[in-house]
Amino acid sequence: MRRRLAARVSGAWWTVLGVAGLDRQRWQGFSPLLRRSVKAVLWVVIGLLLIKFFGVWNNTAFALAAVVLLLVVPPYQRVVIRGFRVGKWIIPAAVLAIAVAYPYYNGSMPQLPIFTTFPMMSTMVGMGVFTMMALGLNFVVGYAGLLDLGYVAFYAMGSYAAGWFASSQFSAQNLRLGAIGVTPGLTGFHFSIWLVLIMAGVATAVIGVLIGLPTLRLRGDYLAIVTLGFGEIMPQIATNGDNLFGTGFNLTNGTGGISPIDPPGFGNWIGHHLHLPANYLTLGTNADRAFYWTVLALVLLTIFCSARLRESRLGRAWIAIREDETAAAAMGIPLMRTKTWAYATGAFFGGVAGAYYASYIGAAFPDSFNFNISVIILVMVILGGMGNIWGVIFGACFIEYLNLEGLPNVGSWLNGHFGPGGSDIQIWHKVLDVPLYEYGIFGVILVVVMLVRPEGLIPSQRRAAEFHEGVHDEPLYDVTA
Amino acid sequence: MADVLLQTFALRKEFGGLVAVDDVDFTVPQGSIVSLIGPNGAGKTTFFNMLTGVYKPTAGRIFFAGDELTGRPPHVYTHRGIGRTFQNIRLFQNMTALENVLVGMHTRLRGNLIEAIMRTPRVRQEEKEARARARELLEYSGLRRKEGEFGRNLSYGDQRRLEVARALATQPKLVLLDEPTAGMNPQETVEFTDFVGRLRSERNLTVLLIEHDMRVVMGVSDRVTVLDYGEKIAEGTPQEIQKNERVIEAYLGTAAVSAS
Repeated sequence: MRRRLAARVSGAWWTVLGVAGLDRQRWQGFSPLLRRSVKAVLWVVIGLLLIKFFGVWNNTAFALAAVVLLLVVPPYQRVVIRGFRVGKWIIPAAVLAIAVAYPYYNGSMPQLPIFTTFPMMSTMVGMGVFTMMALGLNFVVGYAGLLDLGYVAFYAMGSYAAGWFASSQFSAQNLRLGAIGVTPGLTGFHFSIWLVLIMAGVATAVIGVLIGLPTLRLRGDYLAIVTLGFGEIMPQIATNGDNLFGTGFNLTNGTGGISPIDPPGFGNWIGHHLHLPANYLTLGTNADRAFYWTVLALVLLTIFCSARLRESRLGRAWIAIREDETAAAAMGIPLMRTKTWAYATGAFFGGVAGAYYASYIGAAFPDSFNFNISVIILVMVILGGMGNIWGVIFGACFIEYLNLEGLPNVGSWLNGHFGPGGSDIQIWHKVLDVPLYEYGIFGVILVVVMLVRPEGLIPSQRRAAEFHEGVHDEPLYDVTA
Repeated sequence: MADVLLQTFALRKEFGGLVAVDDVDFTVPQGSIVSLIGPNGAGKTTFFNMLTGVYKPTAGRIFFAGDELTGRPPHVYTHRGIGRTFQNIRLFQNMTALENVLVGMHTRLRGNLIEAIMRTPRVRQEEKEARARARELLEYSGLRRKEGEFGRNLSYGDQRRLEVARALATQPKLVLLDEPTAGMNPQETVEFTDFVGRLRSERNLTVLLIEHDMRVVMGVSDRVTVLDYGEKIAEGTPQEIQKNERVIEAYLGTAAVSAS
């Protein structure tokens, strides 16, 4: 049915264009550059019109359009300088620059239709943390093809690791390590956040291995069920850990959670000498910027590891296991060990993300680690495109944006236009609480994506072209000095 | 005959009440080409799967190059030097031909997680050599221009060739080919028979073959073993097998004998 509909739409499209003298063959005959420019200009114009009539217009919209066109149209891939293929770095570098500079122009962006504002800085931090977790889960689900329904366990483990080593939870002890910017005189473990991130990652990876050893012998559905179980066990331990095994040892502080957890910072000494914040909270209203840049760096690290591993012996082994477990084993891949590595790697990044998030919100509460989080992270991976780094990033950012800010924005936009006293037509008479339907909306999005584009929004284009490089792809200009 | 490379003692596999392989004693001498024939359902592939660790034998023992491998996981068999292909092609469909071969090299490469992330000079060098070797293997198997193609996009014959290339990438001492000429046309079959011969002469490999095409079996094998209902009913040179009464009755049929 999907095919027929798509064929009909594209048929109608070409009929209309055919009247104007442009049929499919002529279109295919155009150079790729021309085709890309026409498409990009068309989309940008549509976007601008949408902002003009349904959003809130301002002149930065033109700048936005220019940036989009500049990124999409020119064939950067083919830029070669002195034999180095710098082309493939141009777009990533530009995107990175845009991302780093986001706090500075965030306030002057135009308002989008329906979604209204661009994400706030605090939302960007959340998006970064969840991008990291989604990329972590991508090692397990996207690369190795192991369905993990309990990823929240790693998130919880990371958060509590931050709680143990950067708060006053164990007030009987008194140990400080590394550069921290907390008030002197606090009891408990207070390690530098950077150390805590690493410790949380490693501890979570160890938990990943411990969970993995018994469970990874299972295949498919059985594995999914068992991971689901572990995803439920971890928050239960967190909830009941204030009296561990009846010994009276307070590990997690039960339902009260661990709070406050130290904010990140570089400590007083570095803060004094290098003018870096001793503690992010001292920055006041600019604290979110520091949190955002830090999470950006962590996400970059995760992307880097994902990309490197993807092209390695281990990455190939993961994908081989996803493709055909029996054949992979027969080709000499040790299944248990390789799968456990995938689990541990995924867990590591989940743990780091969890620890950072705990440090950001300054607390770890057991009821924030429920099954829904596992599902949401999985949806991010599936929606964006399993196994593709950029797809997963897009999926994570989009879903987490909707989760934190998008849905309330959509709600207020809808209510403002169609709700009680709406500016357009009044369709409903009670204020519609859109975020209330969050999971329903995510479910609908997932079902629609699975029907229309089961491979995800940005699927992994397996890199056939890369192997032919230099055959079809002559450099556009080769600068030799 | 030279040294024994692979040897089984009373190898047995039961699925519930069904005895798929019934106490088979079997040897593959070093440097030989041995064929395993028998009617459909005779237990040939089950036997193969035990020789590569995919199935664990119910009873019996497997020795390879002097070491007992019974009960070890499949990757150990591959690491020790048994490479295989599958009857129903099992390529990694969404990986390119080159990547398929690189996966085959897994057990011969050493780069670990940390090294892969750091991309240490050693890993870089190893990857470079592996890619060069993989290209060489693709060329050897007649897939020179196909390295960037996905497994699923290759023609049937090319998929078979890629499976062999992938098996060779494990640097085996013994290659197990499970019905390699199934679905090939006569011309391809002749070429393939020649290719199997070259595996021994050029690469110094020992080959164990499951095959239904009698021209291949009789043309290339030193020894032939016949299975029927999981039992070894005959063993010997191709000439002996062709004359063996039980084999003719169970499998070859009289027509096949007079034809060849």
